[in-house]
Order: sequence, then C-alpha cells, then structure tokens
Amino acid sequence: MSFTYQAGTPFAGDGIKDVSGTIHDGSYTAIIGHTGSGKSTILQHLNALLKPTSGTVTIGDKVITNETNNKNLKPLRQKVGMVFQFAENQLFEQTVAKDIAFGPQNFGVSEKDALALADKMVAMVGLPHDVLEKSPFDLSGGQMRRVAIAGVLAMQPEVLVLDEPTAGLDPAGRHEMMTMFERLHREQGQTIVLVTHQMDDVADYADTVWVMAEGRLIKTGTPREIFSDPAWLKANQLGLPKTAQMAQQLIAKGFHFDPRPLTETELADQLLPQIGGGQHG
Amino acid sequence: MDKLLLGRYIPGHSWIHQLDPRTKLMASFYYIGIVFLANNWQTYLMMFVATLFMIWLSGIRIGFFLRGVRPLIWLILFTVALQVLFVRGGMVYWHWGWLWITKLGLINGAFIFVRFVLIIFMSTLLTLTTQPLSLADAVESLLKPLRVIRVPVTELALVLQIALRFVPTLMDQTTKIMNAQRARGVDFGEGNIFQQMKAVVPLLIPLFVSSFTTADELATAMEARGYQGGDDRTKYRILRYHQRDWIAAAGMAVLTGLLLLLRAY
Ligand SMILES: Nc1ncnc2c1ncn2[C@@H]1O[C@H](COP(=O)(O)OP(=O)(O)O)[C@@H](O)[C@H]1O
Ligand SMILES: [Mg+2]
Repeated sequence: MSFTYQAGTPFAGDGIKDVSGTIHDGSYTAIIGHTGSGKSTILQHLNALLKPTSGTVTIGDKVITNETNNKNLKPLRQKVGMVFQFAENQLFEQTVAKDIAFGPQNFGVSEKDALALADKMVAMVGLPHDVLEKSPFDLSGGQMRRVAIAGVLAMQPEVLVLDEPTAGLDPAGRHEMMTMFERLHREQGQTIVLVTHQMDDVADYADTVWVMAEGRLIKTGTPREIFSDPAWLKANQLGLPKTAQMAQQLIAKGFHFDPRPLTETELADQLLPQIGGGQHG
Repeated sequence: MDKLLLGRYIPGHSWIHQLDPRTKLMASFYYIGIVFLANNWQTYLMMFVATLFMIWLSGIRIGFFLRGVRPLIWLILFTVALQVLFVRGGMVYWHWGWLWITKLGLINGAFIFVRFVLIIFMSTLLTLTTQPLSLADAVESLLKPLRVIRVPVTELALVLQIALRFVPTLMDQTTKIMNAQRARGVDFGEGNIFQQMKAVVPLLIPLFVSSFTTADELATAMEARGYQGGDDRTKYRILRYHQRDWIAAAGMAVLTGLLLLLRAY
C-alpha cells in the first residue's frame, strides 16, 4: 500500500511507500520511527481518513482502496477510535460531559446513554468527577488531553489508535496514561496501535513493533527482536529503552545477560544474582 | 483544502519569477485594466497571445491556470448566458419571448468569456509566481506615499504579512481538526443545509481557539524580542528595480499602443 500527498501536483510528496503488514486483533502494536517517517500517515489509513494512492487497506471486513466511496464510512470510524497528536485541539463543547458524549451521539447512541458513558470515561482517564460540568477550555493542557482521549474511548472502539498520546505530558501523567491503556488492553482485550518516541513504553507494553523509515516499513518484530540490535537501531536514528541502555553499559563492564532485559523487573532479576544480592522480593 | 489555488506560490526561477514584486503587482493591475480596451477579435486575439506568452515565460504548466478558472466557471457561464440571451443585434438565430440569440449576442458572449479567462489567468500568474510575503512588501512599498496623509502603512503591512504568513498554518490546522472530528463521526459536506451548518461548529470553535492562542503566542514572542513598529525599521529584503522590470514596463507600453491601434472605434 502506498500513499502520496497531493498526488498530481508539483507539491506531491511521498507519504508512505510499499507498506505491507497485518495488525492482529487483540494485539498491542507500537509504531516507531524518526519524525517524518510516515507513522501518522499510516494511522490515518486505519480509519480511511486517507485512502491509499495504490494498494488496499483491509480493516475487519471492509476493504479500502483509492476508489472507495466517502459515504458509509461511519461504522468503520466507530470501530477504529483515533486519538490524534495534540488531541486537546479537538475540544469544542460547552462542557466536558457534552464533548465526551459528542462522539457516541454521532454514532447513534442516545444523549442519555452518551452522558452516562462520559461519566464513566472521565473516571477511566483519571479526572475528578466535577470536571464534567466545567468548560473544557478552563482545564490545563494535560487535563484537556485526557478529556479528548475520554471522548474517543466513549465511542467504544474495537481498535484504539494513539498518535503520540503522551507527547508534552509530565512524567507522572505519562505513566498514568500508559497504565490506563495497558489496563484496557489486558482487561478488555482492546486492540491498540501506538505511535511513540518513548522506547521505554514500547518495551513495557507492546507485543509487536513496526519500525518506519522514510515512508517504508523496514522491520517488524517483538520488542525483544527489535531491541536486540543496538547498532541497527542507531543507524536508523532510534534509541534503546533505558533498561536496555543500562544493560548495555553493564555488559561493557563484564556483566552477562541472557536474554537482554527490556523491562526494569527483568533487569533487576538478572542483575541481582550477579552483584551477589539475595532473593529478589 | 489542497485545491485552493489562490495564493499558492510555485517556486521557480523564471524571468517572471525574478521580476520585482512591485512590477508584477502594478503590471497585473494595469493589464487587467487594459483588457477592457479590447473590443474586436484582433485585440482579443492579441491579448490572448500576450497572456500565453507570459505564461510560457513563467515556465508553469497551463493546467494550473485552467484550475484557477474552475471555481469561477458558473459565474462566468451565467454572465455569458446573460449576454447571449439579452443582447440583440445582427442576424437572429433563435427567438422566444424576450430571449434572443443573435449574432451580436454570441460575439459579445464570446468576448466576455475571453475577458474573464484573461483576467483570471493574469491574477493566477501573479499569485503563482510571487510569494505572498513579497506581495505584502510590494503593497507596503507602493503605499508608502500615503504616509504623508498619516495612513499607518507599516502597521497595515505588518498585519497583512502576519495574516499571509498564517494562511498555511490555518489550513493545516483546519485539515487536522476536520480529521479529528471526522474520526468522531462528523460528516462534513453531507446532509441538508441545517446538518451541514451544525457540522461546522466542531470545526470553527477549535479553529478560533487555536488562532487566538497562536496570535497571543506570536505577540508575546515579538515583544520578548523587542519588536517596535514604526517607520524607521530597516528591511531584510530590499526591493530594487532591475533591467528586466523596465523591459516589462516597456512590454506593457507596447501592448497598450497596439491595443489602441487595433481596437475598433
Ligand atoms: N498534509 C501533508 N501534505 C504533504 N506532505 C505531508 C503532509 N503530511 C505529512 N506529509 C509528509 O509525509 C511524510 C510522513 O509524514 P508523517 O506521517 O506525518 O510522519 P511522522 O508521523 O512519522 O512524523 C513526511 O515527509 C511529511 O513531510
Ligand atoms: Mg506524526
């Protein structure tokens, strides 16, 4: 599947080229790559905001090609919930409750049920109950982001697509949000597609990784496979998770790891015997 | 959004691109003025050839100019139809009530059509070959004499420049917010007029909010860097006329002379 921006004009720019892959139901896929490598462009194909210039995109039983009609895309848009980069820019209603209820109502949920969903989602994204009646424009940037995410969650999508959802948040807020997505994934089997620059999040949460470079999908694999080759990552302007960085520095000092640890727990478990510590508890 | 051609600069190094923006601005207005001198097929043909020549000089494909005509095609056809149906004179081809199709009507219609196309081509040529910011510079420079009567030309030019600078930003932002709302189930451009108006609210409010934020940030950034308006500011890009600008002026003069010579009196 390929996509060209502004095809047929002198401004035509390559978005993505010959990308081919499958995102499985119930998976947690992370898409990583340098800025401008085409991550956001791929995401917008997942709910037909963009249609491939050539090739096809299949989502569930719906096949999207260049010729696909713009009508009847609503069921697809409901199925694939999209949280855009800086999602707080999409808020517009008078109250937080109404804004969260906006999406579900567009997909045929009654006002009453939608407001009930808003109530539930506000708690899910970790906001106090009393923001519901506030104007979204009176909230802080981080809170607005949460409201926007709640607005997408309220659509109860089968696939949740997240474009750098934690960019610009403080570390605590970032952790809280990533934990919330992880819970959705683990407890409700929510399929998640996450674009991020945080390699730690990739190591901690994803089960599949797509690596993009210059509009091409250059590698797919588990986080362990992807992070097993630091030299290759560096050549593609990507880094290692902090734990893997630390492990690498320790290897240089004579420590041994097998397999290479990706998460803090793994690192601690393997490190403890080597520094003569007791049972890790 | 991508289809909006007006104000769309196409980078290049053609003879036309290199003209001083003031020359281009004045020449375009002048040209649009003298198009109205044409009144027979010889003069229209000459203006048409001259326009094609300038388009050729710009090195930009003719397709871009045709695309500039498209949004106005209904207005043009409507005006042409009025001419054809209401102007009477010469041979009568068809007649029904007070509607007439006559030879004079057809000729007038054709002339109006060509005039429209020439004017659109010329203004498209100006915007395709001149960066909006250069145009703002040109406006400022040409309006400078008005400072004598206390028109705040520099401030007006700054407003114009900032507005132009943020057109692409605003268009980007519009696309992004439209996409975000589409993802939340909004159908833009569908349904009856009432539904369409309702669909615009989730687009306009975020746009206003982000425009005000941007304006506020820009003002802060300008103040932080000590911006002060006024007439004493120097410029990074200084406009100067070169030989080719005089050639362009001469070209316009020759065109005017030929027009006056060939037109019917
Ligand atoms: N609206 C657009 N018009 C033209 N080119 C674009 C547009 N959006 C993105 N691009 C280009 O497409 C490429 C991929 O962009 P994007 O998918 O946004 O990258 P990423 O999300 O990985 O940073 C970049 O080269 C970018 O410049
Ligand atoms: Mg992006």
